[in-house]
Parts: sequence; C-alpha cells; structure tokens
Amino acid sequence: MPAPILEVKSLTKRFGDSIAVDDISFDIRPGEILGLLGPNGAGKTTTIQMLLGLVTPTAGSIRMFGLDLATHREQILQQVNFSSTYISMPYSLTIEENLWVVAKLYGMTDIPRRIDEVLKKVEMEDSRAKITRRLSSGQMTRLALAKAILTEPKILFLDEPTASLDPDIAHKIRALLKEVRKSAGLSVLYTSHNMKEMEEMSDRIIFLQKGRIVAQGTAQAITQRFGQRDLEEVFLKLARES
Amino acid sequence: MKLHRINALVQRHLFLYRRSLPRLMEIFYWPFLDLVVWGFITVYLMKFQGQLPGVVTFFLGALILWDVLFRAQQGITISFLEEIWARNLMNLFASPLKPSEFLAATMVLSIFKVAAVSVVMATCALAFYDYNVFMIGLSLVPFVLNLVITGWIIGVLTTSIIMRFGQEAEVLAWGMVFLFQPVSCVFYPIEVLPTWLQAIAWGNPAAHIFEGMRMVLNTSIFPTEHLAWAVGLNLLYFALMVGWFHYTFNVCKEQGLLVRVGE
Repeated sequence: MPAPILEVKSLTKRFGDSIAVDDISFDIRPGEILGLLGPNGAGKTTTIQMLLGLVTPTAGSIRMFGLDLATHREQILQQVNFSSTYISMPYSLTIEENLWVVAKLYGMTDIPRRIDEVLKKVEMEDSRAKITRRLSSGQMTRLALAKAILTEPKILFLDEPTASLDPDIAHKIRALLKEVRKSAGLSVLYTSHNMKEMEEMSDRIIFLQKGRIVAQGTAQAITQRFGQRDLEEVFLKLARES
Repeated sequence: MKLHRINALVQRHLFLYRRSLPRLMEIFYWPFLDLVVWGFITVYLMKFQGQLPGVVTFFLGALILWDVLFRAQQGITISFLEEIWARNLMNLFASPLKPSEFLAATMVLSIFKVAAVSVVMATCALAFYDYNVFMIGLSLVPFVLNLVITGWIIGVLTTSIIMRFGQEAEVLAWGMVFLFQPVSCVFYPIEVLPTWLQAIAWGNPAAHIFEGMRMVLNTSIFPTEHLAWAVGLNLLYFALMVGWFHYTFNVCKEQGLLVRVGE
C-alpha cells in the first residue's frame, strides 16, 4: 500500500469555548477520493480551511507529501488547490484573466496552453473573454473548478463542488473529476450534501458529527454498520440523533 | 519572496483598473477636484501675498504632496478591500502567496497610483495656476519618497485593522489618514500647534517632511535634519507596521477571521 499523501493526526480546532473540530485523524493515499460527510456545523469546512493553511489548528498536525504544513506551507500549497461554493473570483476580470492570475501565482509556465486545456475540460472554451460577473452560478462553479485543476495539483480539496449545478452539469463535473483523478493520479478530499454523489465518487467516507469522526470506511461498510439501506438513511439517522 | 507571485497580484489589479471607470476616477477625478478647490483658495490668498509671504507657493505644493501620502496609503488599503469585495482572499492565501508578497504587491500598486495622481496634479497645477511643483527643486525627490513610505505605514496599519475587525472597519480606508493630518502640519507650521501636540507631531515623519518643505521655500536651505528624522522614523514605523501586519494575520488565522473577513 502506498504511503499517505496527506496525514492528519489529532487535529483539533477550538473557537473560544466551542469545539469545531475535535481530535480527528485520517489520511489520504495517492489517487484516492475521500468523502467528508456530515450535517451543517459538523466541522467539514473548518477541516478543509485548516488543511489549506487558512485557519491555524489548536492542536494536532497536518502533513502532506511528508512535510509539516506548519513549517512547509509554501512547498505544500504549491501542490494543492481547492474549490468551494463559498468563495468567488474577481467579478470584473474575464475568465481568462482570472485563470492567468492564478497560473502566475503558482508559477506556471506555458500558461495560454494550460488555460486552453482546462477551459476545454469544463466546456467553457468559448467563454474565455466573458466577464466573470456575467456568469451563471453553474458557470461560476465550473470556473472555480477550472481554477482548481489549472495548477495541476496533487491534492484537491472540494467543498460542495456541485452544489449549485443542474444534474447534467453536475454529472459532467463528476466525470471530469474522475478523469483527472485517473489521468493525473489526483487525490481528492470531497464534501457534499448529495449522498448519491458521495457514494459514486468516494473510495472511503469519513462521517463527521459535532467535530468528531463517528464513522469511516467505504459507503457500503458504513451503511451496513448502521443497518441502513443507503448513505442518505445513515446521514438522517446520525443527524437526527445529534 | 517570489517575483512571479507579486507580478500576478499587480497584474490582477491592473486588469481591474483597465475597465473600471470608478477606479479610474479615483486617480483622475478626485485629485483634479482637490486641486481646483485649493487652487481657487490660493488665487484668493494671492491678494494677501504681502502679509503672508510664501503662502501661495506653499499651498498647492503642500496639497500635491499630501495627495502623494494619501494615495500611497490608499494603494495598499484599497487593494486589500478589493480582495474582500471580490471574496478572493481565500483564493490568495490558500495559494503559496506569502503575506509579505501580498504587501509588496500592494506597495507596487501604490507606486503606480501615486505616479498617476502626481502627474495629473502637477500637470493641472501648471496648466491652470501656472504653478510648478518642481520649483522646490531636488529636495522634492526625498520628500516624495518619504511621503510614500509614510503612506504605506498608515496603509498597512489600516489594512491590519480591517483584517482584524472585518468590513465594519472599512470606512477607515478613507478616514484613517485624516487622523494623522492635524499632526502632519501640511498647511501650517508646527509651532501653531499646542506644545503637547507639537511633541506628538515631531514623532510623525510627515510633519518633518512638510516642515522641511517650508524651510526650502523660505530659506532655500536643504533640510538635512528634518529629512534624517523623517527617514529614521519611517524606517522604525515601517518595520513595526510590517511586524504588526504579520502578527494580525496570524491572529486572524487562529481565530478563523481570515476566512470570514468579507462577511
């Protein structure tokens, strides 16, 4: 079994008296898609923010590519990217300008070719000169995803990447992610409230509740453990018990 | 520090200015209006030239130099606000970009802004009021450089406060610099201040610069002592403010404020 590309040990985040993430440990192996599941406020987004170095953990350690995030932030983030429903990109810039800025930030070369490639992948090659403000929410999500894969990351953090997409585009995005994962050996940490999507996309799932891991394993193993028919029933059972 | 990351951020803002009329107005329209209003006041004061020697030559020069400081501060603070308004801070700080590179990029942008505003104001002063800001001579160069650094110091301070307290504090982007104006002695000599306020003003690099400028105009003597004080104070405050920015950045990451600053 290959060594983990990401290792989280005893990760904890407190904001004052409340605990957002409570002593969680997990890892991701190369090419693996790990689903992070849980109700609102379970600590999924805070976990991703800590993995991206945007929030400092109260305790615990994060290692990626064998390096500690606390001491090797620049080297690690060079090989990581993310997409989230909760962020945006500068509205007054065109799609191409936005992607150019991101590519420069990550020190990429041959930027025009790379932008062509990703725009083709997210089916936006005809919109490159469009001002970002004029994009639909579905197009915005695709742009955020284009930005995330543009820099050829080794690990991708996706916080509800298909939340605002219609089923057709969401399906295409999932297909794209599978293809990128296969061709580039990409590892992905994935959050979603769409249980079918979680089952389809994830090799393993971690179920978070009140900041703690309450279940982990394959979707099938989790549903069997809780004696439910599918992941959605497990989600409802755990969410209502809390 | 990596130049390509600084370049990326500078270019991101230049893309923005290229197609934004309100942002161009900030460079051309407001400085022009300032100059028109103060220009007419100066024309009026010319009638009292006998009673107030040097006042005419001084007012417009002081105004142009004050705008250098103001725009240098805005170059930093508004660039940070642009990222908040665009909900782009997470994209930036989840990338390999370092806080010091972010500051460096805003300083480069501030130089662009100061250069553009200075050209506009100097040209208009010459065209409309026959006033040549270069009459101050070579002393102008160290004055301007020091004012830019003072503007950066106030800009970094304001940015740190906005990062810590969120968008509620964004009004400081336009107001903070005026907190320093009374003790910068832009339009009057330092001795008009009450004694206790003079002590504070002497700790302000801008006050030394404007005092020095008056000395050049009144006596044609190069104000070496004032310039040395301005440089020394600027270096001290600049180091302190950059340290303060990094400290605030880390506090914001610990308290989860960096990801919520735009909310």
